[in-house]
Amino acid sequence: MSSVNLPPIFEYLRLDRRFPHILCPGCGIGTVMNAMVRAFLELKLDKNKLCVVSGIGCSSRIPGYLDCDTYHTLHGRALPAATGVKLARPEMEVVVIGGDGDILAIGGNHFLHSCRRNLNLSLIIINNFNYGMTGGQFSPTTPFNAIATTAPYGNIEREFDVVAIAKAAGAVLVARSTTYHVVHLKNMIKRIIQKKGFSVLEVIAQCPTLYGRMNRLGDAVKMLEWIKENTVSVTETNPPKADTKKKIKIGVLWETEAEEYLEVYQRTIKRASEQK
Amino acid sequence: MQLLSGNEACAIGAIRAGVRFFAGYPITPSTEIAEYMARELPKLGGIFIQMEDEIASICAMNGATAAGMKAMTATSGPGFSLMQEGIGYSCMTEVPCIIVNVMRGGPATGLPTKPSQGDVMQARWGTHGDHPIVVLAPWSVAECFHLTVLAVNISERLRLPVIILLDEIVAHMREVVALPEKVDLYQAPKPTKGPDEFLIYDDDTNYDGPVVSFGEGYRIHISGLTHRKDGFPTNDAETIAWKMERLKRKIEDNKNWLWDFFYTDLGSDTVIVGYGSTARSAAEAKKIYEKKTGRSIGMVRLRMIWPFPYERLTALLKSAKRIIVPEMNQGQLKNEVERAVSPEVPVQPVNRVDGEMLTPEEILDVIG
Repeated sequence: MSSVNLPPIFEYLRLDRRFPHILCPGCGIGTVMNAMVRAFLELKLDKNKLCVVSGIGCSSRIPGYLDCDTYHTLHGRALPAATGVKLARPEMEVVVIGGDGDILAIGGNHFLHSCRRNLNLSLIIINNFNYGMTGGQFSPTTPFNAIATTAPYGNIEREFDVVAIAKAAGAVLVARSTTYHVVHLKNMIKRIIQKKGFSVLEVIAQCPTLYGRMNRLGDAVKMLEWIKENTVSVTETNPPKADTKKKIKIGVLWETEAEEYLEVYQRTIKRASEQK
Repeated sequence: MQLLSGNEACAIGAIRAGVRFFAGYPITPSTEIAEYMARELPKLGGIFIQMEDEIASICAMNGATAAGMKAMTATSGPGFSLMQEGIGYSCMTEVPCIIVNVMRGGPATGLPTKPSQGDVMQARWGTHGDHPIVVLAPWSVAECFHLTVLAVNISERLRLPVIILLDEIVAHMREVVALPEKVDLYQAPKPTKGPDEFLIYDDDTNYDGPVVSFGEGYRIHISGLTHRKDGFPTNDAETIAWKMERLKRKIEDNKNWLWDFFYTDLGSDTVIVGYGSTARSAAEAKKIYEKKTGRSIGMVRLRMIWPFPYERLTALLKSAKRIIVPEMNQGQLKNEVERAVSPEVPVQPVNRVDGEMLTPEEILDVIG
């Protein structure tokens, strides 16, 4: 692709081999990928020392388009696989990406324990409220009463609060953004990559093909408008007002400091060596 | 000289073979391996991690191996069942994978503290789809060491999962062993091609070929989806057929040397075919019988049970009139032995699945 003068973000994409992508028109996942490569560029990440890990699902197809080491693992298993990669190559930046079904249902246990373990990984959960790849079944984040192909009379299960779970399980930074707030999204991706320890970003995204259609939410533009109207930015200096209580909060929603797993492990190595 | 258990010998063998990463989950009767690794790996700067379950354990191991480390996990029946998806992932991605499975009574939670050889078929066919796999079955503490070293070398050479199938008796048995000063280790070459030309699934990388891991600047894509030579997914029938044939050839092209790993003592019409701890009972039965009657009994002891040495056994057992297969299961390997020999030759099973070991006397009863 050297004959064309492309903007620098294209350096992080496998343009010659992989495009066009498989995502539906109007899908929010491409927007997240766009924000990811922009974040990589602004952080000047060395693509030879970057590994993007995913499981299975629409969101998990992102790594295939990125020009770095990419690891497309089993359904739900991105986090344990990324744990192995990071422990083996601590010098690499390891970013994990997955959907709500992949990370929170089949991979739910790994999600909890990854938060607790606090290895220096950055997790992006693209929450589009359903299983897209398999055709619109309900997921752990599908709202109560919403329609899905496996909930044709309305979802009878309550949805997860991803941020509350991540915080309770021990993640050191928990943020939320959306596919409408693209600059904010890019900045949040940068924040979780820069944060030492296990950090989580939930991205509210539209799935117009399945979730949006089944729930009569309109096309992609309509869904993005809904996201815009139903979110409120939260910062330390801007706490939520009473009239915005029902809205989805975006921003860094939790941050704390805790010793990172490999830092603690170095002490284990030291103690073990002293006992030789 | 050291007094060691089979489990400890596996752990020591792995460390001597260069394993510096262990991810596992506690389960009887394999836990001593994890405990040994937790104690010893940090001293060597290696990584021990206890994961949240066996699925996470094998996936973490696969991740570490994809990033260039030699890694291992250990488990027993119920955990081995959970690991099956990770075994298939190792097959498809052609990234090494070492699992010690200490067999206990099943199905389900079964008999956590009692021996069994019930996972012979699960080790071969537990994960879905046609796939290549190598399964080793030591019968002594010394062999636990040697076969673990061999497992690491085979996995590195052929780029497939190797399972070390212990039974609870071999795992917990203690013997005095002399371990060698030095072991031979396979070192995969690095590619001569640069990142722009190198294909991770090229024709020369199926086995004994150049290997690239994450972090080496090749920016590879590893996926469990059926893929092309460059690792990216495909739905093209011809490419899918190519990939499946490639996986099959890992074993087909190498079976002649893989099949060398057995022990024989023929010279009789009656031959016992055994493996693991039941082969110890068989050897004792053979000794008692020969001493009592002055007549000999033949024995073939398999140290590698998969790939099963069909043609090799056919040739070896050509003149056998009767074959006895003792196993702590309901006849899993016996069926394979039957496939290898002439239909006229009776293959007599000696089975026990009550959690007790098979005694030499029970085998003697069948010998008659």
